[in-house]
Amino acid sequence: MSRTRPGRDDSPDRLYTLTGGRSSSGSDAFDLVTLVVAECDPVPGMQSEHTAILRMCQYPTAVVEIAADLGLPVSIVRILLADLLGTGRISARHPRSAYRLPDPDILEQVLVGLRNL
Amino acid sequence: MDSATSDRRETRRTLSSTADNGLKIVIVGGFGVGKTTMVRSVSEIRPLNTEETMTKAGEGVDDTDAVAGKNATTVAFDFGRITLDAHNVLYLFGAPGQERFWFLWDRLFSGTLGAVVLVDTRRLADSWYAIDRLEHHGTPFVVACNDFGGPSHTAEEVRAALDLSPEVPLVFCDARSRASSKDVLISLVSHLQTATLSHTPEPTP
Repeated sequence: MSRTRPGRDDSPDRLYTLTGGRSSSGSDAFDLVTLVVAECDPVPGMQSEHTAILRMCQYPTAVVEIAADLGLPVSIVRILLADLLGTGRISARHPRSAYRLPDPDILEQVLVGLRNL
Repeated sequence: MDSATSDRRETRRTLSSTADNGLKIVIVGGFGVGKTTMVRSVSEIRPLNTEETMTKAGEGVDDTDAVAGKNATTVAFDFGRITLDAHNVLYLFGAPGQERFWFLWDRLFSGTLGAVVLVDTRRLADSWYAIDRLEHHGTPFVVACNDFGGPSHTAEEVRAALDLSPEVPLVFCDARSRASSKDVLISLVSHLQTATLSHTPEPTP
């Protein structure tokens, strides 16, 4: 817990450096549970956070898991992800049920999944 | 409060490459009511912790907690994960019910399937605000009374104290028990099914 981590050191300046001064991704494209998949390997010279994201997303990984692993606020992670998406380095699998009533089929699948736990 | 979570980077089970649909359920409750305990008892990963920061001048939100001069509101939350099948992955979020949290609700938890309000029957008043906000946001929920071994209350007593609408399910649980926590989630999803059925008036042509 005592380890100093980016985003937890009361230093917003550092967060701005990570995002090139932006505090908003300008879109809410990434839900907390959007699953992110890397579409390429990290390349030398890439921003270290981008490298870390590509490494951890070799398998689908939710935005919120990326934020927890990087120790960064979700809003900052969204900006980093928007950069990677814009350059085609990741793909995003968005939740199907966001912003509307849950699909009855999905609810049935959730119920079956829970009962099988 | 967050001693039950791990912020260590650890090797954890990866999702299947076919996973493509993330789902959310939020567990809301006061301090020490057992949110993280419930997340942990059903999660396939050790609960993780993350935060969201809202920096906005002039919101007048929770001034005492804002970092001086930065107008920052930070909400920390725990989460766990349940792989339901090859495509669906359910994320469970344990979130504090305090006032500032609700300013971030739309940003964090829009599209959530529903919520569990976890209550300690010795401190029912702690839940009033959360129930009020969920109703305000139109988020379907169930109320789960975590068993702390104190004097037992009847469902009727709890319902009356919470002024709960008859259609909102009330269940008793032990958040430490995987089976019991699973039953709470099942009661929520069953409730959602009922609510969805009664809200599907127009079949698509």
